[in-house]
Amino acid sequence: MSGSADLREGFFQECEDLLEALADGLNAMDDGTADAEVVNAVFRTVHSIKGGAGAFGLETLVSFAHAFENVLDDVRAGTVSVSPEMLAVFYKSSDRLADLVEAANSGEENAPSQDDALIEELRQLGGGTGEDEEVSPDDFEAIGFALELPEVNDLPELEGDGKSEFEIRFTPKKELYANGNDAALLIRALKDLGELEITADLSEVPVLSEMEWDEPSVSWHLRLITDENQSDIREVFEFVEDQCALEIIRIDEGADSLPDISDFMQVQEDNPPVFLPPISPESPTVISADTRADIEGISIFGKKAEKKVTATKTTIRVDLERVDRLINIVGEMVISEAMLTQSVSEMSLQSGNQVEAAMAQLKQLSSELQESVMAIRAQPVKPLFQRMSRIVREAAQETGKAAKFETIGDTVEVDKTVIERLADPLTHMIRNAVDHGLEETEFRIAAGKPAQGTVTLSAAHRSGRVVIELSDDGAGVNRDKVRSLAIKKGLIPDDADLADTEIDNLLFLPGFSTNDVVSNMSGRGVGMDVVKSEIRALGGRVVIHSSPGSGTTVSISLPLTLAVLEGMVVQAAGETVVVPTSALRETVRADEAGVQVLGSDDLVMSSHGELVPVLDLGACLGYREMPQDFSGLTLLLIENENGRRTAVAVDQVFDQREVVIKGLETNYGFIPGIAAATILGDGRIALIVDTDQLHPVTSLHHHEVGASSKGVLNNG
Amino acid sequence: MTISVLAIDDSRTMRGMLAQALENAGFEVALAEDGQQGLDKLEDSQPDVVITDINMPRLDGFGFIKGVRGQSRLRGLPILILTTESSPALKARARDAGATGWIVKPFDEGKLVSAIHKVVVR
Amino acid sequence: MDNNVAVDIHQSREIVAFHVADQGFCIDIGYVREIRGWTPTTVLPHAPDYVKGMMNLRGTVLPVVDLSLRLGLGVTNPSPRHVIIIVMLDERMVGLLVEAVSDILNLPHDDMKPTPDVASGATRNFIEGVFTIEDKMIRAIDVARILPARQGHTTC
Repeated sequence: MSGSADLREGFFQECEDLLEALADGLNAMDDGTADAEVVNAVFRTVHSIKGGAGAFGLETLVSFAHAFENVLDDVRAGTVSVSPEMLAVFYKSSDRLADLVEAANSGEENAPSQDDALIEELRQLGGGTGEDEEVSPDDFEAIGFALELPEVNDLPELEGDGKSEFEIRFTPKKELYANGNDAALLIRALKDLGELEITADLSEVPVLSEMEWDEPSVSWHLRLITDENQSDIREVFEFVEDQCALEIIRIDEGADSLPDISDFMQVQEDNPPVFLPPISPESPTVISADTRADIEGISIFGKKAEKKVTATKTTIRVDLERVDRLINIVGEMVISEAMLTQSVSEMSLQSGNQVEAAMAQLKQLSSELQESVMAIRAQPVKPLFQRMSRIVREAAQETGKAAKFETIGDTVEVDKTVIERLADPLTHMIRNAVDHGLEETEFRIAAGKPAQGTVTLSAAHRSGRVVIELSDDGAGVNRDKVRSLAIKKGLIPDDADLADTEIDNLLFLPGFSTNDVVSNMSGRGVGMDVVKSEIRALGGRVVIHSSPGSGTTVSISLPLTLAVLEGMVVQAAGETVVVPTSALRETVRADEAGVQVLGSDDLVMSSHGELVPVLDLGACLGYREMPQDFSGLTLLLIENENGRRTAVAVDQVFDQREVVIKGLETNYGFIPGIAAATILGDGRIALIVDTDQLHPVTSLHHHEVGASSKGVLNNG
Repeated sequence: MTISVLAIDDSRTMRGMLAQALENAGFEVALAEDGQQGLDKLEDSQPDVVITDINMPRLDGFGFIKGVRGQSRLRGLPILILTTESSPALKARARDAGATGWIVKPFDEGKLVSAIHKVVVR
Repeated sequence: MDNNVAVDIHQSREIVAFHVADQGFCIDIGYVREIRGWTPTTVLPHAPDYVKGMMNLRGTVLPVVDLSLRLGLGVTNPSPRHVIIIVMLDERMVGLLVEAVSDILNLPHDDMKPTPDVASGATRNFIEGVFTIEDKMIRAIDVARILPARQGHTTC
């Protein structure tokens, strides 16, 4: 049934939230800020996962969650107190739970393992009571949530033989009614079991004047002829066992003629208000002013009980495909709008006309619409950050270092796809930070630092971009070592004169395996060049800042969305190209810039007292030779993440506008110097320049991307 | 007349399952995410019976029952608790707290319907 | 899509036949998304010469391959009469610039013969076999090989 599939999917989505809450709770327990409610919440998350898993027949998940839950229950009850060792097991268990959920979600669930070391560890942690008070996992019957026909109507078939007769004496106590049960319903349920003879014993009913309204005084004598056995009859009274006096005696006489049940029902109807409990429970038809006060009283109580819980936002879950379709349509609409604007402007209407005013409004609306639609895809980075805490734990364990993980700004929202694709680069970065960034404990102590290293992951919005930083409080990049290694590998010339940040960023060079630096973590030889190319594929940039003795920060700057970009539409060698404005500082007419030849063939211009290299965009992209004469051209002064500036010559600048980013990776691949493409108002494609790759700033860049541009410069 | 059920559970999955099973069985369903919200929704949903989880944030199932039983008009409202265990101790505790009955998880539609019919007039 | 291809291999295959440099070629119809008239493309920097540029297919940006040049049969000077066959392979969409599409045929798979040795090296690399219909030779193109090599992140 499709409904069930939806529920199943919903369950796994909920598991993500629950695992997130679990991680939050464990962190709070770890840093000592947890109160009873936090511990309770931790218990609840595991309990809820178990509950849902049981409903879907995920036995492995159930049995692990069950073992975990038992210990948490002891913690909650205060029978065991939490030690750091215990918390370590909890973290491990939380990781295992996440793995099991993932396995179950992908349908790869294995049968519960009989000798699971972690389950054993959890058992050992349990309080002195030890034994499962709850059903054991084996008893925890996994009923598939099949919504088949209900079986309640499978009433016993009335056959002549096999019937027994019971005499039932049933005297309700007042608690029975107080709990919302109803003698009439119980009698009716008995009637469903067979033929029932009902006699009300009114002997205990007091006279009206002595009546206590909430003290029941009627007893029932019942005779039941049924196929069912005694336990089935007891089952009827399951909810009210100790709220009534109950006697069930099998008398087994032949079933002779019984008086009509309605005769006995008549008895009830003759005397209803005095002793009969109401047939239907009092339903809360009108809530009077004083009951409202009751409810508010509870509210206040409730508020006191939880002060940290934030108000629940109303949300709906939407298929991502629908959102993407919407985003695509809006993207197309923006293009159409641009086409229309272009056509209108080509009509050269007189200024102040209504069409242009309406177009301006349309433009405003469509850009707002686009922003709103993009916001749908934005998600907080928190789950990503939480996953990273596991990486820190694992890396710390592998390297034998003590590491603490801290996060800042985990409510910052980023495009869902960006978040998903950040997981791998961040994992590499964190492994590097723990492995290479943090010193061995004895060196830390010798340097007067806390023995436990700290790795901090932060997210923040900064000028229209999201900046994600990973910092460690380790020794910083060993620049001498990096430099000499780069020379040894032929990545830089022997006599290269590099600034400190340039040396730090050598780590991003392909072939600069971090393993060679100081690695202990075998088999993890992931170079930072992979990180860089992954970040670049997201339209992001990454830089390293390091200060000797006090640590290293890797900083990733990402666009808020993968879908649009603010760009300057320019012409280079006759081709229309888009330059992202994020890197653009100013535009200068080449005639006024004073382009000079420096040395043999490098072109420079002076800007704010600094000599800035000059490139030709058309030449960089291989569209033409380096022009001999820059007159008539426009220079775009662009600045990269390192603060290095370059002037890029273009034929002319058209206008600045928001463009829809169309990736080239899927259908084509990576193009040096090009970040992506977009579709212009006339339906043609324009390429979007990756300004970072146009920089022949250092030999590092020469090596990386500058080969062609450098070559062109040599020719020119 | 359609029987109306208020189902309270902090787990979205459980709420979804309860809603689906109950609606399938022809009940009218209102949902709440915890005991506090359950109390808040009593007025609007006018349930004939309440099904509630025990362990929930803000106000747990027992707190919810206490809140209901403390109101004279709601004293007779049948309340079934959802539980994963069926130990006598828990049952006693549930009864002491004022629960009308219980449903042991995992439940299916049949279990729900028979439990409801035990406590609500058809 | 790949499934269709797999099934067809055992029985018969439906192919799209077309002309490139006055020669007959075909590809399996399973790869073909649509067929369009030529529209100007945007030139890609640092691309192989047979990549004509990028085209816009209702919002999707995809490269166009000059099939003639790719097969070593000379550069095509596209005109509005030229045709672009949009093919899709493993999520990847590419346009193939050809002279004209001539036919859609259903051919028994057994009819495909190995490529004769006489074919030139450049062409042979991309041909998986040859059909002969009424004395005319139709070369079956290996689509996976004809697509431009995926441009990696390697630097230049």
